[in-house]
Amino acid sequence: MSGLSRRQMLGSLAAGGAALALPAIVRAGAGSARVVIVGGGFGGATAARYLKRHAPQLQVTLVEPAPRFHTCPFSNLYLAGLRSWDSLGHGFEGLRAAGVEVIHARAEDVDARRRNVRLSTGQTLGWDRLVLSPGVDMRWDALAGYDEAASQLAPHAWKAGPQTQLLRRQMEAMEDGGSFVMVIPDNPFRCPPGPYERAAMVAHYFKRHKPRSKILLLDAKDNFSKKGLFQQGWKALYGDMIEWVGLADDGRVTRVDAGTLTVETAFGQIHKAAVLNVIPPQKAGLIAERAGVVDASGWVPVKAENFETRQVAGIYALGDATLAAPMPKSAFVANTQAKLAAATIAADLLGQAPPAALFTNTCYSLIGPDYGISVAGVYGAAEGRIVERPGSGGVSPGTADAAFRAAEAAHGASWYAAICADIWGAG
Amino acid sequence: MQPSSRVAPALLSLASLGLALAGPAAAAELPATTAAVLAGGCVNCHGPDGRAQGAIPPIGGLDEGYLRARLLAFRDGRDAPGSVMTRLMKGHDTDQIEALAKWFARGGTR
Ligand SMILES: Cc1cc2nc3c(=O)[nH]c(=O)nc-3n(C[C@H](O)[C@H](O)[C@H](O)COP(=O)(O)OP(=O)(O)OC[C@H]3O[C@@H](n4cnc5c(N)ncnc54)[C@H](O)[C@@H]3O)c2cc1C
Ligand code: HEC
Repeated sequence: MSGLSRRQMLGSLAAGGAALALPAIVRAGAGSARVVIVGGGFGGATAARYLKRHAPQLQVTLVEPAPRFHTCPFSNLYLAGLRSWDSLGHGFEGLRAAGVEVIHARAEDVDARRRNVRLSTGQTLGWDRLVLSPGVDMRWDALAGYDEAASQLAPHAWKAGPQTQLLRRQMEAMEDGGSFVMVIPDNPFRCPPGPYERAAMVAHYFKRHKPRSKILLLDAKDNFSKKGLFQQGWKALYGDMIEWVGLADDGRVTRVDAGTLTVETAFGQIHKAAVLNVIPPQKAGLIAERAGVVDASGWVPVKAENFETRQVAGIYALGDATLAAPMPKSAFVANTQAKLAAATIAADLLGQAPPAALFTNTCYSLIGPDYGISVAGVYGAAEGRIVERPGSGGVSPGTADAAFRAAEAAHGASWYAAICADIWGAG
Repeated sequence: MQPSSRVAPALLSLASLGLALAGPAAAAELPATTAAVLAGGCVNCHGPDGRAQGAIPPIGGLDEGYLRARLLAFRDGRDAPGSVMTRLMKGHDTDQIEALAKWFARGGTR
């Protein structure tokens, strides 16, 4: 059946007041259309909730291995000792109550032609639309000496979980006066301001518990998100504790020796660490590759106006896995991409007009408990590309009083509570 | 101007028919799904349906005129210097602000 006639049929059936879930009716004569979502993090869980909200009759199935999802946002505050581990965890009861079917399994493979996905449980799920929001995977082949085994000695802690807890234990075990070395990749990577917030949060912990310690940031680039604001805040709260070395000053690390906790830079300098935090280059989560939606960059190209993948019709991709510049890889952006995709898919299945694309981002970063900064942006789609809306966005003012910084710290905490309630809350 | 505000004549007459039934409203009202997508960015900070979860103020159920005035003031740089709201509203046009004011005045649902 051609797309057009199918769409027309859906529209006329909908107008006739039939059940909303029409493609399955068209296909199988009964039941409802099914949308399967892979990944219960910021993009996927948002998509599940909002699909149900827009079209309650849809069968929405969320596939996520973890019974509780721990957020990367605020995991730096956990390293600082400002948040408990449990406070980062979110269960799926709220989504179940909203009518989402949640299956705790890993998606192993996607058959785009037969429109199904195979799970680690052996189960195979058919879908009318598939949404992939698997986040990032580490590129274990990209940095000499840094593979999955090495990450057990020199954690990346760039997925919230055992890696984050390992890094915290290493910080606790470190002697005062030690050196915490962080290796930072070139763009694009998950959470552009994340490494620099982490530096501040590690400094917060050291200042109180190991004040003679140092933090060395070895960076593969010369510029980073909110650079001026971070450097100003580091200085104000931690003096000289944090040293940042950019590409121009030989900051790019080319080899890691996790056994001896040493790293080597492009020009052959060796740095020895007491605690070594290596954030390696990244790519889209493996399932995106299995689905055939990634390109040579390792990321997923998507249509700007709705986040359907460019490679396969009917498969949508969200969040960190996508090529969505100039938007950053942030939780906030993944959430607004998911809201657009959910509204688009619902409209499509209901035979309604699609929504106009609009994406919002704000990344708050904490430098100290009462010192927050932010970067914001608003984006739309034009001629198949994602574009920042002219005049929008930007960072917190460079000169601001302590009350302003404290207010933004409080706003950051309020943001975290709001977005988590929006996604995993009771509804 | 947003493409959505250039409504084809046939659609326009349909829309105004609907609006006449629904009561007075601007001619360029954005479709509900588009308004939902717009509002999706706000609730990340202001909480589900604009019910605040902390220091960021609640916006669900505020007076429509008040909401419109504040959003325009943020956008035009007449309110809260340096605020993230100014940086965000500068990316919204008048039709979008109109839709947001209506959306949250209704309690953050359609
Ligand atoms: C230290 C740090 C701090 C950060 N702070 C912020 C912040 O303050 N603000 C902000 O906006 N962003 C922040 N981020 C970025 C944010 O974490 C990501 O942008 C966000 O998580 C992206 O959402 P996602 O849905 O793409 O991926 P995720 O949220 O990572 O979700 C992916 C999910 O998919 C699941 N999955 C993967 N493969 C499969 C499979 N095959 N089958 C089933 N499930 C699968 C995973 O288990 C995971 O639960 C931070 C990141 C880091 C590392
Ligand atoms: C990144 C967080 C964030 C986002 C996203 C956000 N706001 Fe705000 N909003 C704030 C903060 C913080 C304030 C308080 C003003 C200040 O201190 O900067 C505020 C204030 C407001 C106010 C004034 C409330 C009052 O009581 O007078 C309105 C109205 C408002 N926002 C509407 C919106 C709308 C509509 C959107 C979506 C387009 C939105 N906000 C998105 C953080 C946010």
